[in-house]
Amino acid sequence: MSMNRREFLKIAGASAILGFGGISAIDALEKVEGAQVLSELKALKAKRWAMIVDIKKFKTEEDYKKVINACNHIHNVPQIANPKHAVKWIWTDTYERTFPDLEYEYAPEEIKQKPFIMLCNHCDNPPCVRVCPVKATFKREDGIVMQDMHRCIGCKFCMAACPYGSRSYNFLPPRSYIKEENKEFPTRTLGVVEKCIFCYERLDKGLPPACVEASNGALIFGDLADPNSEVRKVLSANYVIRRKSELGTRPMVWYLI
Amino acid sequence: MYNGGKIIIGLLIFVGIVTFPILYDRGKVTAKPDPKIDTPEILKLPENERKCVESKAFMTKEHMKLLNQWRDWVVRDANGIYINTEGKRYTMSLQNTCMKCHSNKKKFCDECHNYADVKPYCWDCHIAPKEKET
Repeated sequence: MSMNRREFLKIAGASAILGFGGISAIDALEKVEGAQVLSELKALKAKRWAMIVDIKKFKTEEDYKKVINACNHIHNVPQIANPKHAVKWIWTDTYERTFPDLEYEYAPEEIKQKPFIMLCNHCDNPPCVRVCPVKATFKREDGIVMQDMHRCIGCKFCMAACPYGSRSYNFLPPRSYIKEENKEFPTRTLGVVEKCIFCYERLDKGLPPACVEASNGALIFGDLADPNSEVRKVLSANYVIRRKSELGTRPMVWYLI
Repeated sequence: MYNGGKIIIGLLIFVGIVTFPILYDRGKVTAKPDPKIDTPEILKLPENERKCVESKAFMTKEHMKLLNQWRDWVVRDANGIYINTEGKRYTMSLQNTCMKCHSNKKKFCDECHNYADVKPYCWDCHIAPKEKET
Protein backbone atom coordinates (compact mmCIF):
# COMPACT_ATOMS: atom_id res chain seq x y z
CA MET A 1 0.00 0.00 0.00
CA SER A 2 1.42 3.35 -0.93
CA MET A 3 0.57 6.50 0.91
CA ASN A 4 1.71 10.02 0.38
CA ARG A 5 2.71 12.36 3.15
CA ARG A 6 -0.57 14.25 3.10
CA GLU A 7 -2.68 11.10 3.55
CA PHE A 8 -0.47 9.86 6.33
CA LEU A 9 -0.81 13.12 8.27
CA LYS A 10 -4.59 13.08 7.82
CA ILE A 11 -4.90 9.58 9.26
CA ALA A 12 -2.45 10.34 12.06
CA GLY A 13 -4.36 13.51 13.01
CA ALA A 14 -7.73 11.81 12.94
CA SER A 15 -6.58 8.91 15.08
CA ALA A 16 -4.99 11.29 17.59
CA ILE A 17 -8.33 13.12 17.95
CA LEU A 18 -10.15 9.81 18.35
CA GLY A 19 -7.63 8.74 20.97
CA PHE A 20 -8.09 11.86 23.06
CA GLY A 21 -11.83 11.53 22.67
CA GLY A 22 -11.55 8.01 24.05
CA ILE A 23 -9.62 9.23 27.08
CA SER A 24 -12.20 11.89 27.91
CA ALA A 25 -14.98 9.32 27.48
CA ILE A 26 -13.31 7.10 30.07
CA ASP A 27 -12.91 10.14 32.33
CA ALA A 28 -16.60 10.91 32.03
CA LEU A 29 -17.53 7.34 32.94
CA GLU A 30 -15.37 7.46 36.05
CA LYS A 31 -17.16 10.46 37.54
CA VAL A 32 -20.60 10.51 39.11
CA GLU A 33 -22.88 12.56 36.93
CA GLY A 34 -23.89 15.83 38.51
CA ALA A 35 -21.77 15.36 41.62
CA GLN A 36 -19.53 18.21 42.74
CA VAL A 37 -17.04 18.89 45.45
CA LEU A 38 -16.41 21.89 47.63
CA SER A 39 -14.01 22.84 50.32
CA GLU A 40 -15.61 23.11 53.74
CA LEU A 41 -17.27 26.51 54.12
CA LYS A 42 -15.91 27.19 57.58
CA ALA A 43 -12.41 25.94 56.69
CA LEU A 44 -9.52 28.18 57.69
CA LYS A 45 -7.76 29.26 54.54
CA ALA A 46 -4.38 30.84 53.92
CA LYS A 47 -1.85 31.40 51.20
CA ARG A 48 1.05 30.21 53.34
CA TRP A 49 0.61 28.70 56.78
CA ALA A 50 3.41 29.28 59.26
CA MET A 51 4.11 28.83 62.95
CA ILE A 52 6.12 30.63 65.60
CA VAL A 53 7.37 28.76 68.67
CA ASP A 54 7.62 31.23 71.55
CA ILE A 55 10.07 29.23 73.60
CA LYS A 56 10.01 31.74 76.49
CA LYS A 57 6.43 30.75 77.21
CA PHE A 58 7.41 27.12 77.74
CA LYS A 59 8.30 27.13 81.42
CA THR A 60 7.42 23.89 83.13
CA GLU A 61 7.54 20.33 81.91
CA GLU A 62 3.77 20.43 81.89
CA ASP A 63 3.78 23.13 79.17
CA TYR A 64 5.64 20.83 76.81
CA LYS A 65 3.67 17.75 77.71
CA LYS A 66 0.24 19.16 77.09
CA VAL A 67 1.21 20.39 73.61
CA ILE A 68 2.81 17.09 72.63
CA ASN A 69 0.09 14.92 74.14
CA ALA A 70 -2.66 16.89 72.40
CA CYS A 71 -1.11 16.03 69.04
CA ASN A 72 -0.31 12.43 69.88
CA HIS A 73 -3.83 11.72 71.05
CA ILE A 74 -5.65 13.36 68.16
CA HIS A 75 -3.51 11.76 65.47
CA ASN A 76 -3.15 8.29 66.98
CA VAL A 77 0.63 8.62 67.16
CA PRO A 78 2.12 5.38 68.51
CA GLN A 79 4.25 5.71 71.66
CA ILE A 80 7.33 3.58 71.19
CA ALA A 81 10.09 3.84 73.80
CA ASN A 82 12.97 2.60 71.64
CA PRO A 83 14.32 5.76 69.92
CA LYS A 84 15.27 3.75 66.84
CA HIS A 85 11.61 2.89 66.22
CA ALA A 86 9.95 5.93 67.75
CA VAL A 87 7.35 7.84 65.77
CA LYS A 88 7.50 11.60 66.25
CA TRP A 89 5.16 14.34 65.09
CA ILE A 90 6.02 16.99 67.65
CA TRP A 91 8.78 16.42 70.17
CA THR A 92 11.56 18.12 72.11
CA ASP A 93 15.33 18.08 71.93
CA THR A 94 18.25 20.17 73.19
CA TYR A 95 19.28 23.60 71.92
CA GLU A 96 22.47 22.09 70.54
CA ARG A 97 20.58 19.62 68.40
CA THR A 98 17.86 22.05 67.38
CA PHE A 99 20.27 24.72 66.14
CA PRO A 100 23.58 22.93 65.48
CA ASP A 101 24.72 25.83 63.29
CA LEU A 102 23.91 28.54 65.84
CA GLU A 103 25.14 26.75 68.95
CA TYR A 104 28.14 28.30 70.74
CA GLU A 105 29.99 27.50 73.91
CA TYR A 106 29.15 30.67 75.84
CA ALA A 107 25.41 30.70 75.24
CA PRO A 108 23.29 31.42 78.33
CA GLU A 109 22.99 28.38 80.54
CA GLU A 110 19.19 28.69 80.53
CA ILE A 111 19.05 28.30 76.76
CA LYS A 112 21.53 25.42 76.80
CA GLN A 113 19.43 23.49 79.29
CA LYS A 114 16.03 24.20 77.79
CA PRO A 115 14.22 21.62 75.67
CA PHE A 116 13.07 23.00 72.30
CA ILE A 117 9.84 22.06 70.59
CA MET A 118 10.38 20.53 67.17
CA LEU A 119 7.99 19.57 64.41
CA CYS A 120 7.86 19.40 60.64
CA ASN A 121 8.94 22.80 59.31
CA HIS A 122 6.56 22.68 56.35
CA CYS A 123 9.36 24.08 54.20
CA ASP A 124 8.58 26.35 51.33
CA ASN A 125 11.18 24.42 49.34
CA PRO A 126 10.70 20.94 50.77
CA PRO A 127 13.43 18.43 49.88
CA CYS A 128 11.20 15.51 50.93
CA VAL A 129 8.70 16.42 48.21
CA ARG A 130 11.40 16.54 45.59
CA VAL A 131 12.70 13.05 46.33
CA CYS A 132 9.42 11.18 46.79
CA PRO A 133 9.24 8.75 43.85
CA VAL A 134 5.45 8.28 44.08
CA LYS A 135 4.38 11.83 45.00
CA ALA A 136 3.01 10.57 48.29
CA THR A 137 4.34 13.69 49.90
CA PHE A 138 3.44 16.95 48.25
CA LYS A 139 2.96 20.63 48.99
CA ARG A 140 -0.60 21.86 49.26
CA GLU A 141 -1.60 25.23 47.85
CA ASP A 142 -1.63 26.67 51.35
CA GLY A 143 1.95 25.54 51.94
CA ILE A 144 1.27 22.49 54.11
CA VAL A 145 3.62 19.65 53.25
CA MET A 146 1.19 16.74 53.17
CA GLN A 147 1.76 13.04 53.43
CA ASP A 148 -0.65 10.79 51.53
CA MET A 149 -0.45 7.54 53.47
CA HIS A 150 -2.45 5.75 50.77
CA ARG A 151 0.33 6.28 48.31
CA CYS A 152 3.45 5.91 50.48
CA ILE A 153 5.52 2.87 49.57
CA GLY A 154 7.86 3.23 52.54
CA CYS A 155 11.06 3.78 50.56
CA LYS A 156 12.35 6.27 53.22
CA PHE A 157 13.90 8.63 50.63
CA CYS A 158 12.08 11.51 52.32
CA MET A 159 13.59 10.60 55.68
CA ALA A 160 17.05 10.81 54.15
CA ALA A 161 16.19 14.11 52.47
CA CYS A 162 14.68 15.86 55.50
CA PRO A 163 17.40 17.76 57.38
CA TYR A 164 15.20 18.11 60.46
CA GLY A 165 14.46 14.49 61.32
CA SER A 166 10.77 15.28 61.08
CA ARG A 167 9.80 12.02 59.44
CA SER A 168 9.29 8.67 61.10
CA TYR A 169 8.99 5.24 59.58
CA ASN A 170 6.63 2.65 61.03
CA PHE A 171 9.04 -0.15 61.81
CA LEU A 172 6.57 -1.69 64.25
CA PRO A 173 2.81 -2.21 63.84
CA PRO A 174 1.58 1.19 65.10
CA ARG A 175 -1.75 -0.04 66.42
CA SER A 176 -0.05 -2.09 69.13
CA TYR A 177 1.45 1.11 70.57
CA ILE A 178 -1.62 3.31 70.73
CA LYS A 179 -3.23 3.35 74.15
CA GLU A 180 -6.45 5.09 73.31
CA GLU A 181 -7.53 5.44 69.71
CA ASN A 182 -9.15 8.59 68.41
CA LYS A 183 -11.97 7.11 66.35
CA GLU A 184 -12.28 10.23 64.18
CA PHE A 185 -8.80 9.89 62.71
CA PRO A 186 -7.11 6.93 61.03
CA THR A 187 -3.99 5.25 62.35
CA ARG A 188 -1.12 4.37 60.06
CA THR A 189 0.00 0.95 58.93
CA LEU A 190 3.26 -0.91 59.10
CA GLY A 191 5.83 0.36 56.59
CA VAL A 192 4.72 3.91 55.83
CA VAL A 193 6.38 7.19 56.71
CA GLU A 194 4.45 9.73 58.76
CA LYS A 195 4.94 13.23 60.09
CA CYS A 196 3.19 16.38 61.27
CA ILE A 197 0.57 17.54 58.79
CA PHE A 198 -0.17 20.94 60.37
CA CYS A 199 -3.58 19.51 61.33
CA TYR A 200 -4.99 19.97 57.84
CA GLU A 201 -8.04 17.97 58.95
CA ARG A 202 -8.70 20.47 61.74
CA LEU A 203 -8.05 23.52 59.55
CA ASP A 204 -10.62 22.15 57.11
CA LYS A 205 -13.13 22.11 59.97
CA GLY A 206 -12.24 25.65 60.97
CA LEU A 207 -10.14 24.73 63.99
CA PRO A 208 -6.53 25.69 64.74
CA PRO A 209 -3.92 22.93 64.97
CA ALA A 210 -4.19 20.80 68.10
CA CYS A 211 -0.80 21.84 69.49
CA VAL A 212 -1.58 25.52 68.99
CA GLU A 213 -4.90 25.13 70.76
CA ALA A 214 -3.25 23.37 73.72
CA SER A 215 -0.29 25.75 73.95
CA ASN A 216 -1.97 28.76 75.59
CA GLY A 217 -0.39 31.18 73.14
CA ALA A 218 3.10 29.71 73.20
CA LEU A 219 2.64 28.50 69.63
CA ILE A 220 1.44 31.11 67.18
CA PHE A 221 -0.12 29.98 63.92
CA GLY A 222 -1.26 32.02 60.94
CA ASP A 223 -1.04 33.14 57.36
CA LEU A 224 2.37 34.45 56.41
CA ALA A 225 0.98 36.07 53.27
CA ASP A 226 -1.44 38.23 55.26
CA PRO A 227 0.32 41.34 56.66
CA ASN A 228 -2.31 41.65 59.40
CA SER A 229 -1.99 38.11 60.70
CA GLU A 230 -0.64 37.50 64.20
CA VAL A 231 2.33 35.61 62.76
CA ARG A 232 3.38 38.60 60.68
CA LYS A 233 2.96 40.99 63.59
CA VAL A 234 5.16 38.88 65.84
CA LEU A 235 7.73 38.44 63.07
CA SER A 236 8.01 42.17 62.41
CA ALA A 237 8.29 43.04 66.11
CA ASN A 238 10.85 40.40 67.17
CA TYR A 239 14.10 38.88 66.04
CA VAL A 240 13.50 35.20 65.33
CA ILE A 241 15.57 32.25 64.17
CA ARG A 242 14.88 29.19 62.07
CA ARG A 243 16.40 25.74 62.04
CA LYS A 244 19.17 25.24 59.47
CA SER A 245 17.89 28.00 57.20
CA GLU A 246 21.27 28.02 55.41
CA LEU A 247 20.21 24.81 53.65
CA GLY A 248 17.74 26.78 51.56
CA THR A 249 14.68 24.76 52.50
CA ARG A 250 12.91 27.94 53.69
CA PRO A 251 11.43 26.42 56.86
CA MET A 252 8.11 27.89 58.01
CA VAL A 253 8.54 27.34 61.74
CA TRP A 254 10.20 30.25 63.52
CA TYR A 255 11.64 30.29 67.04
CA LEU A 256 11.28 33.24 69.36
CA ILE A 257 14.17 32.85 71.78
CA MET B 1 4.86 -43.36 19.90
CA TYR B 2 7.88 -43.74 22.14
CA ASN B 3 7.05 -44.19 25.84
CA GLY B 4 3.37 -43.94 24.96
CA GLY B 5 2.15 -45.35 28.25
CA LYS B 6 4.13 -42.88 30.32
CA ILE B 7 2.95 -39.94 28.21
CA ILE B 8 -0.69 -40.94 28.49
CA ILE B 9 -0.43 -41.44 32.24
CA GLY B 10 1.36 -38.08 32.52
CA LEU B 11 -1.37 -36.38 30.47
CA LEU B 12 -4.09 -37.95 32.62
CA ILE B 13 -2.39 -36.70 35.78
CA PHE B 14 -2.02 -33.24 34.24
CA VAL B 15 -5.69 -33.05 33.20
CA GLY B 16 -6.68 -34.31 36.64
CA ILE B 17 -4.74 -31.59 38.44
CA VAL B 18 -5.97 -28.82 36.15
CA THR B 19 -9.63 -29.78 36.36
CA PHE B 20 -9.57 -30.67 40.05
CA PRO B 21 -10.64 -27.24 41.36
CA ILE B 22 -13.59 -27.13 38.97
CA LEU B 23 -14.72 -30.69 39.65
CA TYR B 24 -14.20 -30.30 43.39
CA ASP B 25 -16.50 -27.28 43.61
CA ARG B 26 -19.19 -28.76 41.33
CA GLY B 27 -22.62 -29.01 42.79
CA LYS B 28 -21.67 -27.20 45.97
CA VAL B 29 -23.75 -24.15 46.76
CA THR B 30 -22.03 -21.23 48.39
CA ALA B 31 -24.32 -18.89 50.26
CA LYS B 32 -24.90 -15.71 48.27
CA PRO B 33 -23.62 -12.61 50.03
CA ASP B 34 -26.36 -10.67 51.72
CA PRO B 35 -25.05 -7.35 53.01
CA LYS B 36 -27.21 -5.93 55.78
CA ILE B 37 -28.24 -2.30 55.97
CA ASP B 38 -30.35 -2.57 59.12
CA THR B 39 -27.99 -0.98 61.63
CA PRO B 40 -29.58 0.89 64.55
CA GLU B 41 -28.15 4.13 63.14
CA ILE B 42 -29.96 3.65 59.83
CA LEU B 43 -33.21 2.45 61.46
CA LYS B 44 -33.22 5.56 63.62
CA LEU B 45 -33.49 7.78 60.55
CA PRO B 46 -36.94 8.70 59.28
CA GLU B 47 -38.04 6.58 56.31
CA ASN B 48 -37.52 9.29 53.67
CA GLU B 49 -33.97 10.06 54.82
CA ARG B 50 -32.74 6.49 54.62
CA LYS B 51 -30.59 7.14 51.60
CA CYS B 52 -26.94 6.72 50.91
CA VAL B 53 -24.92 9.51 49.31
CA GLU B 54 -25.90 8.19 45.89
CA SER B 55 -28.51 5.70 44.65
CA LYS B 56 -28.32 2.11 45.87
CA ALA B 57 -27.63 0.75 42.38
CA PHE B 58 -24.78 3.20 41.91
CA MET B 59 -23.27 2.51 45.31
CA THR B 60 -23.37 -1.25 44.82
CA LYS B 61 -21.59 -1.02 41.53
CA GLU B 62 -19.31 1.97 41.91
CA HIS B 63 -18.58 2.50 45.61
CA MET B 64 -14.92 1.64 45.16
CA LYS B 65 -14.51 4.30 42.50
CA LEU B 66 -16.39 6.82 44.60
CA LEU B 67 -14.22 6.13 47.64
CA ASN B 68 -11.13 6.46 45.50
CA GLN B 69 -12.26 9.87 44.28
CA TRP B 70 -13.22 10.95 47.79
CA ARG B 71 -9.75 10.12 48.99
CA ASP B 72 -8.10 12.16 46.23
CA TRP B 73 -10.43 15.09 46.72
CA VAL B 74 -9.87 15.23 50.46
CA VAL B 75 -6.21 14.35 50.78
CA ARG B 76 -4.80 15.85 47.62
CA ASP B 77 -7.16 18.66 46.63
CA ALA B 78 -8.23 19.86 50.11
CA ASN B 79 -11.93 19.60 49.27
CA GLY B 80 -13.94 18.19 52.14
CA ILE B 81 -17.55 18.43 50.96
CA TYR B 82 -19.31 16.21 48.46
CA ILE B 83 -22.44 17.48 46.73
CA ASN B 84 -24.39 14.53 45.39
CA THR B 85 -26.61 14.37 42.33
CA GLU B 86 -29.56 15.59 44.40
CA GLY B 87 -27.59 18.58 45.66
CA LYS B 88 -27.24 17.27 49.22
CA ARG B 89 -23.93 17.89 50.98
CA TYR B 90 -21.81 15.33 52.79
CA THR B 91 -18.45 15.41 54.51
CA MET B 92 -16.19 13.05 52.59
CA SER B 93 -14.90 10.62 55.18
CA LEU B 94 -14.93 6.86 55.38
CA GLN B 95 -14.60 6.77 59.15
CA ASN B 96 -16.81 9.75 59.98
CA THR B 97 -19.49 9.57 57.28
CA CYS B 98 -19.83 6.09 55.71
CA MET B 99 -19.27 4.08 58.86
CA LYS B 100 -21.41 6.32 61.05
CA CYS B 101 -24.46 4.77 59.34
CA HIS B 102 -22.95 1.48 58.21
CA SER B 103 -21.68 0.59 61.65
CA ASN B 104 -21.75 -3.12 60.74
CA LYS B 105 -18.51 -3.62 58.87
CA LYS B 106 -18.67 -7.42 59.14
CA LYS B 107 -22.16 -7.74 57.73
CA PHE B 108 -21.84 -4.84 55.31
CA CYS B 109 -18.32 -4.66 53.89
CA ASP B 110 -16.85 -8.08 54.59
CA GLU B 111 -19.95 -9.97 53.44
CA CYS B 112 -19.31 -9.31 49.76
CA HIS B 113 -15.58 -8.74 49.93
CA ASN B 114 -15.05 -12.21 51.37
CA TYR B 115 -17.36 -13.76 48.78
CA ALA B 116 -15.53 -12.07 45.91
CA ASP B 117 -12.18 -12.60 47.63
CA VAL B 118 -11.17 -8.96 47.37
CA LYS B 119 -9.04 -7.58 50.15
CA PRO B 120 -9.19 -3.80 50.24
CA TYR B 121 -6.63 -2.40 52.69
CA CYS B 122 -8.90 0.34 54.09
CA TRP B 123 -8.85 -1.09 57.60
CA ASP B 124 -5.08 -1.28 57.90
CA CYS B 125 -5.30 2.40 58.81
CA HIS B 126 -8.94 3.44 59.09
CA ILE B 127 -10.54 2.40 62.34
CA ALA B 128 -13.60 0.21 61.89
CA PRO B 129 -16.58 0.88 64.15
CA LYS B 130 -16.88 -1.29 67.25
CA GLU B 131 -19.20 -4.23 66.74
CA LYS B 132 -20.85 -6.72 69.00
CA GLU B 133 -19.64 -10.24 68.34
CA THR B 134 -22.34 -12.18 66.55
